[in-house]
Amino acid sequence: MSEFFAMGGYGFYVWGSFGATALVVAVEMLSLRARRRRALEEARLATPDNLTAATQGVL
Amino acid sequence: MTSSNWFRYSSPATFYPVAGRMIPWFGWSAAVLAAIGVWIGLAIAPTDFQQGDAYRIIFIHVASAWMSMFIYIVMAMWSALFLGFNTRLSAMMAQAMAPTGALMTFIALLTGSLWGKPTWGTYWAWDARMTSELILLFLYLGVIALRNAIDDPRRADRACAVLSLVGAINVPIIYFSVKWWNTLHQGSSVSLTAAPKMAMTMLTGMLIMALAAWFYAIAATLFRVRVIMLERERGAAWVGELQEVKSR
Repeated sequence: MSEFFAMGGYGFYVWGSFGATALVVAVEMLSLRARRRRALEEARLATPDNLTAATQGVL
Repeated sequence: MTSSNWFRYSSPATFYPVAGRMIPWFGWSAAVLAAIGVWIGLAIAPTDFQQGDAYRIIFIHVASAWMSMFIYIVMAMWSALFLGFNTRLSAMMAQAMAPTGALMTFIALLTGSLWGKPTWGTYWAWDARMTSELILLFLYLGVIALRNAIDDPRRADRACAVLSLVGAINVPIIYFSVKWWNTLHQGSSVSLTAAPKMAMTMLTGMLIMALAAWFYAIAATLFRVRVIMLERERGAAWVGELQEVKSR
């Protein structure tokens, strides 16, 4: 098992490549979800009902 | 079939739900393929007799490098469609592809660097393949920065489309760099015209990883284009009628 993780002495390079790729893909997926949440929130505020309410001082 | 059938899908209101239904299919296919590809790459494929286990970086490096170029070409095609037909969706698709293209380019450069150190003795060299791939990263980042610098989205669409098209000249330069110049980087191991210069399991793992990267890029692009539609069309009637916007 430790032989598998050692990757014949190239562990840093091999695991570094696979690990860094997993990390940046995870970061992209999380930032996409966060951006979608923000966009949905702003879209809710921009719906005609909310806009009318805002101009009437309800919000 | 009339041309109006095709243009019907170029409206964000029509494309938004279609893209939403496609995302889980591409996303889960990418996850399953990546799991199989990583398993083949790290556990099944035999150790290379010259490079030892360092060569296993190929399973990520080649897939991301192919995608970095392919995404750019598709982005440039959407840009050309936008300039030709002035369809909003084309500009939004081009906008949605740039960050994932930059991500693939970054992964290709990073894994190439981590592969270069043990096999060539250096993390980086200013050779034609590497330099042109670095320029590709700057082109993606340039398109993103240009959009952020222009307030009017329609003007940003035009400027980014022109920049994307001009930058497309870099893609064949990357591709043929190993033939045109004497580079440190090796030539291609896989081509459509000759037998692959690698073992069958290695090739299978690499192609599966390439397919995974492709499906992931499609899923990420579709997800982002939906967010861009929400951002740019908020206040439009069709956005207000979406279930996810109505429900709190």
